[in-house]
Amino acid sequence: MILPFIVFCPIVAALAILCGAPARRTALWAAGFTLAATLLVYFEFDAGRRGFDFVVSYPISDAWRLNFTLGVDGLSLIMLLLTAIVTFAAIWFTGPIATHEHAFHACLLLIAGGALGAFASLDLFFFYAFHELALIPTFLLIGIWGTGNRHAAAWKITIYLATGSFILLLGLIMLYRSVPDGARSFDIRALQKAAALGMIPTDAQGTIFLVLLIGFGILVSLFPFHTWAPEAYASAPAPAAMLHAGVLKKFGLYGLLRVAIPLLPQGAQQWTTLLLVLLLGNIIYIGLVTIAQKRLDWMLGYSSVMHMGYIFLGIASGTLLGMNGAAVLIFAHGISIALLFGIAGEIRQRTGTLLLSDLGGLGKIMPRAGLAFGLAAFASIGLPGFANFAGEVMVLFGAFRNGAEPYRFHIFQIATVLALWGVVISAVYMLRAYRKVFMGAMPENWSGVTDLRRSLHVPIGLLVAVTLWFGFFPQSLVRIVSPTFKSYFTQKP
Amino acid sequence: MTIGAPILEVEVLVIGLFVLMVEAFFERIDKRTLAFAAIFGLAAVLAASFFLAPAPTDVATTGFWSFYTADLLAIFFKRFALVTTILVLVMMVDYAPVVRQSVHGTTHQSGLGEFFALPIFTCVGLMWMASAIDFVMIFVSLELVTMSFYVLVSFTRRNPATLEAGVKYLILSALSTGFLVYGITWIFGVTGETNLARVTAVLADPALESGPALFGMVLVLVALGFKIAAVPFQMWVPDVYQGAPTPVTAFLSVGSKAAGFVVLLRVLQPFFMMPQMVKALTIIALLTLLYGNLAALPQTNLKRLLAYSSIAHAGYLLIGVVSFAGEAVAYYLVAYLLMTLLSFAVLVVVANQTGDNIEDFSGLAKRSPFLAFAMLVAMASLAGVPFTAGFLGKFYIFDAALRQHQTTLVVVGVITVACGFYYYLKVVRAMYWDGSSIDAPVPVSRLSRVTMTAMMVAIVVLGVYPQPILNALK
Repeated sequence: MILPFIVFCPIVAALAILCGAPARRTALWAAGFTLAATLLVYFEFDAGRRGFDFVVSYPISDAWRLNFTLGVDGLSLIMLLLTAIVTFAAIWFTGPIATHEHAFHACLLLIAGGALGAFASLDLFFFYAFHELALIPTFLLIGIWGTGNRHAAAWKITIYLATGSFILLLGLIMLYRSVPDGARSFDIRALQKAAALGMIPTDAQGTIFLVLLIGFGILVSLFPFHTWAPEAYASAPAPAAMLHAGVLKKFGLYGLLRVAIPLLPQGAQQWTTLLLVLLLGNIIYIGLVTIAQKRLDWMLGYSSVMHMGYIFLGIASGTLLGMNGAAVLIFAHGISIALLFGIAGEIRQRTGTLLLSDLGGLGKIMPRAGLAFGLAAFASIGLPGFANFAGEVMVLFGAFRNGAEPYRFHIFQIATVLALWGVVISAVYMLRAYRKVFMGAMPENWSGVTDLRRSLHVPIGLLVAVTLWFGFFPQSLVRIVSPTFKSYFTQKP
Repeated sequence: MTIGAPILEVEVLVIGLFVLMVEAFFERIDKRTLAFAAIFGLAAVLAASFFLAPAPTDVATTGFWSFYTADLLAIFFKRFALVTTILVLVMMVDYAPVVRQSVHGTTHQSGLGEFFALPIFTCVGLMWMASAIDFVMIFVSLELVTMSFYVLVSFTRRNPATLEAGVKYLILSALSTGFLVYGITWIFGVTGETNLARVTAVLADPALESGPALFGMVLVLVALGFKIAAVPFQMWVPDVYQGAPTPVTAFLSVGSKAAGFVVLLRVLQPFFMMPQMVKALTIIALLTLLYGNLAALPQTNLKRLLAYSSIAHAGYLLIGVVSFAGEAVAYYLVAYLLMTLLSFAVLVVVANQTGDNIEDFSGLAKRSPFLAFAMLVAMASLAGVPFTAGFLGKFYIFDAALRQHQTTLVVVGVITVACGFYYYLKVVRAMYWDGSSIDAPVPVSRLSRVTMTAMMVAIVVLGVYPQPILNALK
């Protein structure tokens, strides 16, 4: 019963807030309870076990044999953990809101609830539906409380994601229809069984995988479907950007790891080359675009698009090591980008601008913000000691190993070598941004700017501690997720 | 206790006549009492429908039961018609002030009783139509519906836009009736039958020359295309919807369309073996999807927007028809009923204060959070956001289409869904993003508040738990 609690706690709290409960206090308590319950699941979870734990199931409809089923395995567990941590931090980061304060917190909680529901669902229908729950709250968050060109950004993200979602829906229905009648189900466990028995015909797999790849790809901002992301994150209020870039966007990656790769292995092989080319677009092309950015929020938005490339590389690698790395990197990136957006939001609140050429010298008056931003930037670059490093190393080694032959370069080796340059690119733009914002001469009129309020030490400390902990002990994540991925490799006929 | 199906129609007819008599002979009472009485009466009939024993007619039956069937589909749509009429009457009570302003009369409530009585007669027609399995019966009940709509559409006759709408509807509807009769005569000429089951039996004979029957069917299809607002027979929709009194528009877009689809499902049965028929319907569905969704994009008047959206939804419903998925169509119609009537209900209340342009909804979230939230739910459902009935309806339709390998329809359907998100969220944008010059709260009567809440709950519950609807059809 603990999983329904985790999923519905934020949603019920959101409804309570809409009905008039005190906004910030209720939201914070709800996020706190969710985090506590998720930690409980994390510590109770038996890492050696295969298959799903904490399963609860309620029948919904005879049509399509629809059940509302929740359950976790290692992969969904770390996604839940990420969501709970980032939600807690994002809600804590939320300052006073001038208009519609209730609606703001309700929207944040609905996004969190949607993400939690999607990650905990074992039924594809609800997996899909929960993710879409976040669509309209995102539209409202950016449209009402955003900054800059917020209206255009809100339209763009909404239309993009709605289209991506419906393409994804098509793919899921096609997947459901490809299984012979008797075994047909939206239950992931049943589909895995069917896939293991070879019930999904090979010729159908290619098409379905492509549809799913495009659908999920749009949701994760895979190059060339990425244009919604930087603009939306730049305009969104900081807590919304934290949640969306940190958690919600990872839904597409989770979907690939959970649905597309294990159920359609042959289909995945057919499209590996395409995926490699696209993800190099993410890493190299978007990386260069990121360097060219003149505003901090746009730069962070583009950097989050770029880093998706590494996760895609891990997913495409087809090796256990690479997939483990992808899972660790999903987690690590979620934490670090949330912290970056949070600090950027605080800076924007104080200075009113995020134009890099206007900023400077903030390190003197905002030392705490400078320290937090620096740590997050180092994490984002992938310095050793942070969880991002562990993830990237595993991804790169895993990808390099695939199809390796002595004295010959395979496509995976080429992709890995090119991807390595991405690390340099991200060091360039992150360090440059840090220098421009926190070092150098400070404009006179900002002498009154204050540092972060002390209460923000809690979310910042939490995010930094998590990324350091899993940076030094990545094994505590790998131990949990690798049974899931191992089963993918033993399943193959 | 079980009762025979035709009793329901008689009961509704009696309620209608009662309202009309009271209107004629008691001038002094508050006419809104009539509406409440009618709502109560129709609710009683709705309750009675659950004691109905399904009695499908077989081919050999003669006499009355060869015209009339009480199968599950028929009973389902009788309830559908009753629920629609009840909700429309609730809306009409809110709309009464507008009617008073635009109808001549000696007393200040002149004509209001008729305004409440006519939908009840329409409802009788819709209920007969749900049961009709003979071309003659289909024609007669369709006429009963159309006749009462002629009056209703032009009811607020001081308004020139309404008069324009009335004339357009009258002429084009009469034209489509002509097509229907002509088509029926062709089919009768070929098969010698008007009963649908017997027509099917005759057409199944491979020796029969099917061309003339197909020609007749195409003519029938033209007439039904007019009713369901399918492209290219949709010309009348935007003007009539915008000009007609708002509750009547709601009734037209739900009741008339649903009836058209029931008849379409029944009438098409004998012709579905013919590949030409499927091809023609596929093309109509494609055009309807594209036209409805694309033309809705630039609209600034909410009534007109909903008119185009009703064309668009006819497109999704036609995908279901082409994919032989009667259940999916029925479910989609229920979802369509809830979300369309909810948005019209909010529109009626808001338009009383400001107007029916989208910009009149600006800042509604501040003026009335309840109405804004109700509209948000309706728009989310129309656009197809999960956990609403509208999403599950689309899911059902796309699933059915993929089962029949209708790839083109599905691809176009998905693209147009994205358009839908744009124009439905335009309303949300106005309500939540934009500020407004007016700060006065919008008054909502208690009856409307309760009905709107009920519709919101139904949208969400049916969006998660569709089983009640599916059970009613099994």
